[in-house]
Amino acid sequence: MSATVESAAKPALLVNGVPYEVVMGIECHVELKTETKMFCGCRNVFGAEPNTNVCPVCLGMPGALPVPNEKAIELVVKAGLAFGAEIPAFSKFDRKNYFYPDMPKDYQISQFDMPLTQGGVVPFWLGDGTHGSCRLTRIHLEEDTGKSTHASHDGRIAGSTYSLVDFNRAGVPLMECVSEPDIRSGAQAVAFLESLKRTFVALGISDVKMEEGSLRCDVNLSLRPIGRAEYGTKTEIKNMNSFNSVGRAIESEVARQVAVLEGGGRIVQETRGWDEANGGTHSMRNKEEAHDYRYFPDPDLTPIEFASADVTRMRAELGTLPAEILTRLISSDKLRPEQAHQMVDSPGLFAYFSDVVERCGKPQAVVNFVLGDLSRLANESSTPVPESNVTPEALAELVGLVEAKTINSKTAKELLTRLWAKGGSPNAIVAAEGLGQVSDTGAIDAIVAEVLAANEKTAADYRAGKTKVLGFLVGQVMKQSRGTANPTLAEERLRALLDVCG
Amino acid sequence: MASGDIDVAYVAKLARLALTPAEIEKFGVQLGALLEHVDALAALPVSDVAATAQVIAASNVMRADVAVPSLDRETVLDGAPKREGAYFRVPRIIGVEA
Amino acid sequence: MVDATAIEIARAVNAREISAADLAGRALARIAERDGEIGAYLAVTGELARRHAERVDAAVRDGKSLPLAGVPLAIKDNMCLTGTPTTCASKILDGWIAPYTSTAVQRLLDAGAIPLGKTNLDEFAMGSSCENSALGKTANPWDRGRVPGGSSGGSVAAVAAGEATVATGSDTGGSIREPAAFCNVVGFKPTYGRVSRYGLIAFASSLDQIGPITKTVADAALVYDLMAGRDPMDATTVDLVPEPALPALRADLRGVRIGIVKEFGLEKLDPGVRAVYERAYADLQKLGADLVEVALPTADYGIATYYLIAPAECSSNLARFDGMRYGLRVEGADVGSTYERTRAAGFGDEVKRRILIGTYALSSGYYDAYYVRAQKARTLIADDFRRAFASCDAIACPAAASPAFEFNAKADPVSMYLMDYYTIPMSLAGLPSLSVPCGYVIPEGGRYPMPLGLELSGPLFAERSLLGIAHAYERATLHAQARAIPEIVAPVGAA
Repeated sequence: MSATVESAAKPALLVNGVPYEVVMGIECHVELKTETKMFCGCRNVFGAEPNTNVCPVCLGMPGALPVPNEKAIELVVKAGLAFGAEIPAFSKFDRKNYFYPDMPKDYQISQFDMPLTQGGVVPFWLGDGTHGSCRLTRIHLEEDTGKSTHASHDGRIAGSTYSLVDFNRAGVPLMECVSEPDIRSGAQAVAFLESLKRTFVALGISDVKMEEGSLRCDVNLSLRPIGRAEYGTKTEIKNMNSFNSVGRAIESEVARQVAVLEGGGRIVQETRGWDEANGGTHSMRNKEEAHDYRYFPDPDLTPIEFASADVTRMRAELGTLPAEILTRLISSDKLRPEQAHQMVDSPGLFAYFSDVVERCGKPQAVVNFVLGDLSRLANESSTPVPESNVTPEALAELVGLVEAKTINSKTAKELLTRLWAKGGSPNAIVAAEGLGQVSDTGAIDAIVAEVLAANEKTAADYRAGKTKVLGFLVGQVMKQSRGTANPTLAEERLRALLDVCG
Repeated sequence: MASGDIDVAYVAKLARLALTPAEIEKFGVQLGALLEHVDALAALPVSDVAATAQVIAASNVMRADVAVPSLDRETVLDGAPKREGAYFRVPRIIGVEA
Repeated sequence: MVDATAIEIARAVNAREISAADLAGRALARIAERDGEIGAYLAVTGELARRHAERVDAAVRDGKSLPLAGVPLAIKDNMCLTGTPTTCASKILDGWIAPYTSTAVQRLLDAGAIPLGKTNLDEFAMGSSCENSALGKTANPWDRGRVPGGSSGGSVAAVAAGEATVATGSDTGGSIREPAAFCNVVGFKPTYGRVSRYGLIAFASSLDQIGPITKTVADAALVYDLMAGRDPMDATTVDLVPEPALPALRADLRGVRIGIVKEFGLEKLDPGVRAVYERAYADLQKLGADLVEVALPTADYGIATYYLIAPAECSSNLARFDGMRYGLRVEGADVGSTYERTRAAGFGDEVKRRILIGTYALSSGYYDAYYVRAQKARTLIADDFRRAFASCDAIACPAAASPAFEFNAKADPVSMYLMDYYTIPMSLAGLPSLSVPCGYVIPEGGRYPMPLGLELSGPLFAERSLLGIAHAYERATLHAQARAIPEIVAPVGAA
């Protein structure tokens, strides 16, 4: 099953002339926004002095025991509910046993076969307005490891002489989201990740800052001929540190795999690291060396059991989901996806927008003002739009005036600048200063006559066939009317009078 | 249920224990004897029995998301086999699970 | 006063008849005088003892009354005590100073107990003789050519030799009960989850429990009452307010039904040992108890079950001893070889054996056949006990099949494992269980009468009733009061 994308067929990827498709699944690790770590009361905060937020538990000291953070559990459940996942009544923690210097206990407390959530669907919109979705397999909860830095000329492990470990991050609650292999393009992958991020930020689940490491993702990628059910051999791509990198890494790996296949070779199942500097992936290790993690239920922890009343309460606490808002904005209100995304990403701006639309309707017009002129004014003056002198009431009036063609867009812009500076009511200002757009044919004709009389040569040029000069003449009408002429009508009347006298 | 030859060398690798060939052999014999004893469990009728998941049935034991003081860093690093400034210093990482 | 019980000492200190400082001094002197021969202690914490004693005396002068005021306490060295080396009797924790104190120990210190030092054990609590310690040898005060039992051998020897009034022990498969039986003291393992494991260096997480080692059952009840109760730092502690056991000690056993296990028939034992237990059962009847036969058909599978589950859990619990963050490091060319060399040098043979078998039992392809199957067998054993307790209030049986054996007598690992035959099933079911002195026998080839212990076990959370029953038996039979006998029979300094 592929991500449902309601769009026209895109040009196929060809391998030796055969149409192929890219099949991808994504695994994300997302650090949760909690005060404290998953199994101890040390602070969960980025950027602290090394090894200052540590205790016997998160250092794996002898005799220490884990006790789960109730908030972390709740956040994972909410993350699942946000995407329509099922919350099983019974869930537990398991130990994943392996040795690594940033692993304080040399086992990680994770969830193996009974995760906190199962299933779910992540919807997303692509820039071209098409809607897609990708199913989730599961979301589970585990603890993060410490962070190691390597003493080598380039900071990489290979060739290093020793490493330094900071355990501040060890034990931070980590949510692992695993998707089904429903993703079919780099654009979809990025849209999927942005949809995750948008939802997690909106619901207070995580800050999702890839540059701070609070989102890490791996992409599993394989190619197969279109129409074949079996999957091709997959590679796992790691080390991408921005959404942009994800897109480029996917592009690079697809190209690499195509080249291998076209050269008659076979894809090796392996982990490949994305190299930002060189723009390619390099092999990290052979994925066939499967590790025996010897999972078993952690005897230091009790299972988590949810009554359906708990789940209902948590679902209610989520309120309206970002996906629901986006659907309304894009499908009903006909906003462009990037506009809708910006609305969801800026709750303050969205509240303002919603207030205005409630008063005057016209969501597309409103969003254009909000994201256009108003946002520009906000940046220039460092005042957020909702805190400015332009009240929602005022903007609603302004939109109403434009829609009724009482004023033109130029006047509207000027008015907006004045409202930003001093506040006020557009209706009142327009009435008081007579800024209403002149749409009376007679009045326009009078101005047109004056302009034609003052520009005889230009008028003659027009009649002689130089139709381009009409723009100049329209501009003159606008100038003569001090900007209040209805430009469409002005052009219409100019044409009419020029032709008549021709 | 299989008893018998436990691949001591392989298991030692999983457990990160360096063993001499003599130890591999010695432990092989000793653990083989234990496994023979353990084989008796094959006689028990456990097909309809649930594995003991917890000794004392309980669920949802958790703690509130409230910070408590962490350990003093110097105390922590004083006990480190090797440190470098504010960090634990560990030997180079090659050919190890990551 | 040094040989008084904890209850007597606390009363006297609270009444200001003696000072905690004075008593601590005498206890430390006793250790200095005797421990060379016994080897119960790995470390003596004289300074700490003096400081705690001063604090207790100040509190008492202020009018406070502390339940364990001035009571000399020995702590098994697998329990963390801030600022002290905590070794688990292993080389791999060489140099590690604990930065925190285990909850159970802290509760006793808060109650006024005086920490004298850390006692010897089988390395990481794995063993039944204390011979697996990498740091020292502990001898049984009753016959110093014999083992004190294990793994809490040091704690038990300290109390038996008068080098502490109470000690903490830990019991996973019998490590409090078996040595208590070998050295003629009371050793009590509460229900799993009654006492916090925070700060107890883990061996087998689903089996480990801390418990008191004392001269009398009443002392054990007092110490248990202070240790028990939910701890937010240990998610496996039960959310039940413990009913105090000390006030429930009883004088006789009228109306009490004692289960005698069919499968634990005394005919399997040596005649001398058998006679002691037959008399013990008769003594229970004389006190008014009804003896009822009960069956534990799967008890025989206890050892096989235990020696899969405990090593599996320990193989994971001991992975953290890797030379990276604390303790011993034997540096290799890279991290992988450092792990291997450190753990090879740091762990003794028994620990290695258990890590190996545990890793194997959890490994891919074997997990279902070994670990899961053992957890199912465990359910059957627990079910057997539930059925048995439908017809009795407590089960009585030998704590061990024989008295303390000589050093090196059980060189074969499996023969050592069989020492836990009577104690393991109760551990697997999480039940409260204790050993109380019940008589003596001179072993074949032995010189001195060696103690035997009667094991009494109850249903889950029945500490109050169990300690009550044990107290009645103890008061009527007084075997515990022969604690002075080691001095007469095998005096310190004699050949």
